[in-house]
Amino acid sequence: MSANGITLYHYLTLGGFLFALSVVGIFMNRRNLIVLLMAIELMLLAVNMNFVAFSHYLGDMQGQVFVFFILTVAAAESAIGLAILVVLFRNRSTIAVDELDTLKG
Amino acid sequence: MNTISALFYLFSAVLLVSAFMVITTRNTVHATLYLVLAFFNASCVWMLLQAEFLAITLVLVYVGAVMVLFLFVVMMLDINTDSMREGFWANFPLAGFVGVLIALEIALVMKAGFNLPVARAMDPAVLKMGNTHALGVQIYTQYLYPLEVAAVLLLVAMVSAIALTLRKRKDSKSQNPGEQVRVKAGDRLRMVQMPATIEAPSLPKTPEGGQA
Repeated sequence: MSANGITLYHYLTLGGFLFALSVVGIFMNRRNLIVLLMAIELMLLAVNMNFVAFSHYLGDMQGQVFVFFILTVAAAESAIGLAILVVLFRNRSTIAVDELDTLKG
Repeated sequence: MNTISALFYLFSAVLLVSAFMVITTRNTVHATLYLVLAFFNASCVWMLLQAEFLAITLVLVYVGAVMVLFLFVVMMLDINTDSMREGFWANFPLAGFVGVLIALEIALVMKAGFNLPVARAMDPAVLKMGNTHALGVQIYTQYLYPLEVAAVLLLVAMVSAIALTLRKRKDSKSQNPGEQVRVKAGDRLRMVQMPATIEAPSLPKTPEGGQA
């Protein structure tokens, strides 16, 4: 692998920016549950980016194996999250997070 | 600047811009499509990192399956997005503060020394096998048990998603074959004792009683 000017630092910076951006998204879209789920997917993508970058720059396959499992769990998470969202919308006719206070008593 | 670094900057820029559009766009369908763009560019960045199998898996699993699921749900639900946007920019000071804080903290951690300018070479055996083969060898030997657990997790997720959203219609009429087979004659036919009553013919009261 020749030095092409792109270091591990570049990839980690990209992952960090992506993670910070998705945290900002969670704060700003906290009424819309669907966009919250999308921001969580972006967070997982940022983490996976770091794993793949480390795997490449350390010459170790274990990082990519871990990304594989993260992808599995993320797919399961979004499937169940969307199912819960559909049931929620059926029962309450809204997905605004502020109005989901039934358990508050 | 050679080709790889130019491609890296291009893909990263599109990735960050589309991630920004995901969290700020007004229309949820547009947000989903921008998320597709973000995943696609992340997949391209992973190609630059020589993780070919994971890059293709990201496109297949995320762009092909999860994002389509998101699109289905977004289009199925009738959501009033205007009421969702209330207080969107009111949250911005706190959100910006937390975001900048996280970015600074990550920058500080990385300054401490993860700066590998040149990638360490992979194991020569791994290089000869290729990325997909090497990943397969890892998964099916050393990580076989976690792989089984992950498979069970996916199965549980599938069953629970179906069980959560399954709904019986109240007005549908259905048959239960088990009950139909087990039915006895006594369930269908009820014998009622009815003593015969003989009705005495009544005499017409008046001879000109109407019926002529």
